[in-house]
Amino acid sequence: MIQLSNVTKQYKTSNGPLTAVDQVNLTIQDGEIFGIIGYSGAGKSTMIRLFNGLEKPTSGSVIVNGEDISKIKGAKLRAARHKISMVFQHFNLLWSRTVEENIAFPLEIAGIDQAAKKKKVAELIELVGLRGREKAYPSQLSGGQKQRVGIARALANDPEVLLCDEATSALDPETTDSILDLLRSVNEKLGITIILITHEMHVIRKICHRVAVMEQGKVVEEGDVLQVFDAPQAPVTKRFVQQVTNTVGQQESIEQIKEQYQNGKLIKLFFVGSKTEQPIMTHLIRQFNVDVNIVHGNISPTKSGPYGTLIVQLAGTDEEVEKAVAYLTAEGIKSEVMSHE
Amino acid sequence: MNNEATGLFPNVDWEGMWQATLETLYMTGVSTIITFILGLVLGIILFLTAPHQLWENKVVNFLTGAIVNIFRSIPFVILVILLIPFTIFLMGTMRGANAALPALIIGAAPFYARMVLIALKEIDRGVIEAARSMGATTGTIIWKVLIPESLPALISGITVTAVALVGYTAMAGIIGAGGLGYLAFQDGFQRSQNDVTFVATVLVLVVVFIIQFIGDLITAKIDKR
Repeated sequence: MIQLSNVTKQYKTSNGPLTAVDQVNLTIQDGEIFGIIGYSGAGKSTMIRLFNGLEKPTSGSVIVNGEDISKIKGAKLRAARHKISMVFQHFNLLWSRTVEENIAFPLEIAGIDQAAKKKKVAELIELVGLRGREKAYPSQLSGGQKQRVGIARALANDPEVLLCDEATSALDPETTDSILDLLRSVNEKLGITIILITHEMHVIRKICHRVAVMEQGKVVEEGDVLQVFDAPQAPVTKRFVQQVTNTVGQQESIEQIKEQYQNGKLIKLFFVGSKTEQPIMTHLIRQFNVDVNIVHGNISPTKSGPYGTLIVQLAGTDEEVEKAVAYLTAEGIKSEVMSHE
Repeated sequence: MNNEATGLFPNVDWEGMWQATLETLYMTGVSTIITFILGLVLGIILFLTAPHQLWENKVVNFLTGAIVNIFRSIPFVILVILLIPFTIFLMGTMRGANAALPALIIGAAPFYARMVLIALKEIDRGVIEAARSMGATTGTIIWKVLIPESLPALISGITVTAVALVGYTAMAGIIGAGGLGYLAFQDGFQRSQNDVTFVATVLVLVVVFIIQFIGDLITAKIDKR
């Protein structure tokens, strides 16, 4: 378990003190993927560096694997870092070393003997899918491959915690997804706790169990990913949620839809969680005398069930439509009427 | 001098010329090796004691920086003269190739230290951070990150320094250190034997070209970026 209690980090700058992390309390369970989301300058880069002591808090404590990382120093801190490894946005590989030498680097630091090192490196290369590229230099690899090396390197000393510092922000969307899949499988196969920071809601949605939203050094919202998605409280959270619910041009298309479908009611349905897996639409059509026309949909799988919105046109008598809506509400699907006709 | 008096270079004593070339190579070689080590140590100290670095220390950084700057600013000819008492104390003599070494090293090491500093500053901070996040000691970071990651720049820097040292050996020659510069000055210029000056100059050029060639070759071979 990882516990941050009353953690504050201030920097001295020429314009007076700057509070990068402000009175943060967080608890992260073993084996979970915990996301910290925030816009740039929210303090998340400083925050993630508190977990391995690259940054020391001005006050408060950071307990990782039972040790207060903010208090330990020297050899003890270095030993703790073997078990709390880090993956970086810009990969931070040594250009002078090949793929396998880069992966072997943390093993050299930990003083692992030659035979065990060789075996471990081969395993890791297999795990991250880089077989055949062992002798390549980083300059010969694509961004996604470099990050695979970064992840393999981070896993070398069998860490308990993996810190991901915007690990996918420098990658294109497709590569991002493949790296996220890799992180998820690492979490599932090896049971490693993953803490990641990002500014992309997509990353949170795809792999995180829980999320904390940061703004100006404070954690403004925290909880289960779906909960936070379902009922965002802070304005900044709402903006992040819009990143995934309002796809490009959606606002315009809603106007167009309203014009096009003038009969019946246009209703926006919010799907949050496992309910989406049930054939709700089928039930709806069978049980009520309404016509259902699917107009627009945006539902994607998340770590704890599907999430998204669906815009449907319900045509029928007012009474039947109302009953249908009541049924949906009873099933836990929130709805919002977009037009009355 | 008399057996070849009728050749293209009537005044050139080839035996002496070869001897002088060896002296130049000896002075350049030894001083380059020691300059490399000393400059590397100074450069690493300058780098690591700078603000926001691993050994951040204002006093050490300022003092090292001051020493480097002072010795780098003194013109070499003057440095040679200023160091005469020190050289006599250290070497017991003022004559010969060995006597030139203290001045050569003290003149070149601060120059190279600056180049080392520039090379180290070029290393991506993220790579050093990554090594720290893996639990590396500062020693490991120096040996396995700082030096390997800046090696091409360190090699091209020592190449430039070695070429400068060839020039310095000629000046050291004035106080009696020997070498091609001394030969060109004493036997060539002072005695108006232009052919001697010419041959000595060509040999200096050859030495410089060889150094540059070797330096470029190594740099190209190790640079995997």
